[in-house]
Amino acid sequence: MIAIIDYGVGNLFSLKSSFAAIGADVVVTSDPTTIAEAERIILPGVGAFEDAAAKLRASGLDKVIYEEVAKGKPLLGICLGMQMLFERSYEYGEHKGLGLIPGAVKPIKDEIPAELKIPHIGWNPLHMSTPKDELFKYINDGDCVYFVHSYYATECDEYVIATAEYGKELTAAVRNKNVVGAQFHPEKSGKAGLMILKAFCEM
Amino acid sequence: MITKRIIPCLDVRAGRVVKGVNFLDVKDVSSPISLAEYYSECGADELVFYDITASYEERNIFTDILRQTAERVFIPLTVGGGIRTLDDFDRVLKCGADKVSVNSGAIKDPDIVYHAAKKYGDQCVVLSVDIKRVGDAFHVFAKGGREDTGIEAIEWIKRGVANGAGEIVVNSIDTDGVKKGFDLEMLDAVCNAVNVPVIASGGAGCMDDFTTLFKTLPKVDAGLAASIFHFGEVDIKELKKKLASENINVRL
Repeated sequence: MIAIIDYGVGNLFSLKSSFAAIGADVVVTSDPTTIAEAERIILPGVGAFEDAAAKLRASGLDKVIYEEVAKGKPLLGICLGMQMLFERSYEYGEHKGLGLIPGAVKPIKDEIPAELKIPHIGWNPLHMSTPKDELFKYINDGDCVYFVHSYYATECDEYVIATAEYGKELTAAVRNKNVVGAQFHPEKSGKAGLMILKAFCEM
Repeated sequence: MITKRIIPCLDVRAGRVVKGVNFLDVKDVSSPISLAEYYSECGADELVFYDITASYEERNIFTDILRQTAERVFIPLTVGGGIRTLDDFDRVLKCGADKVSVNSGAIKDPDIVYHAAKKYGDQCVVLSVDIKRVGDAFHVFAKGGREDTGIEAIEWIKRGVANGAGEIVVNSIDTDGVKKGFDLEMLDAVCNAVNVPVIASGGAGCMDDFTTLFKTLPKVDAGLAASIFHFGEVDIKELKKKLASENINVRL
């Protein structure tokens, strides 16, 4: 079973449907026992970092995440859920993340030419690191995925498994052992996205 | 680098696609769900569902169709039509929409853009504008293009973006239905006024119109059309191949 953590941030309908579409047994839950019993955990997220991190801590589910990750359980953070895996974010101030992957989250706009629009929104090809991570075993370098974000993960070079070019190479996906993160939305990335979720289910 | 988007628009009423469709390989051509799946397979980058419902009952059918589509189609979905309140945003977002497009709703209550952007984020709010030339000016039209509001369109769009609209759909009434190409002059004026994605709508008649659009106006992010896709006059797969062969960055 896959547990999508529901901590009151964003709409999980499409995410749940995408796992169902690849035949995975999936549940959306805020129950610590269900999360502990699941084989894999998804940390979703949209909106502002500070608010989402506060909600996750208030729910107490951060503790379950730490415990299960320590046991080696695969965890996938998506979009803001990926950003929360890092040590800190500089989105309106400085905020503490889960610290499961060394690195920081910073505004894209300080790093790219002014004529490029923010948020970085749309389909962009993945540039995969070599050797290719097993998360991408069913897709190819250059396949497009769907992004919507204004902040990006940095100072995390050794954990980057894919980037996307938008004025500079932005972190698109990361891995630290059993913890993986996708800045893009696999649940909105067509076939390529579903194949990434499938690979995660086989991790 | 980010790719140019091709977006088919489906007008839905009472659970069916309104404008006739003509595909041999889609079994139920007037089912929005089947058609959405077909377009997604062909490489559409996003879908717009436009609710042209008249009654409350039909509105429930629409959201049901939307939910079933979002269970099967995993590309971004934008919903427009009849969006007037934050409750309308909520209703369609819960059923799997990623973005919500406001048009007349924003003319009636310009604050809706601000409130929706604050609640759901800029990326979620699309301002759709029907524009027509009146003398030397571009005016915003209401009621499906029948009524001149007298509002100057470029100022209206700038104000919408300042209030949090994350994307603009420019529908040129002057070129809509004429099938002689997008309204490049109007689109250029909008692109030069704002720094959010601009989606061109109205006027596409053939593949070359999309090539011309993206070559002439590199700032335009997407091309939207309805009947030329529904009638099979332009095949999305072929269109994207053609754009790629002309060195326009697309997702294949």
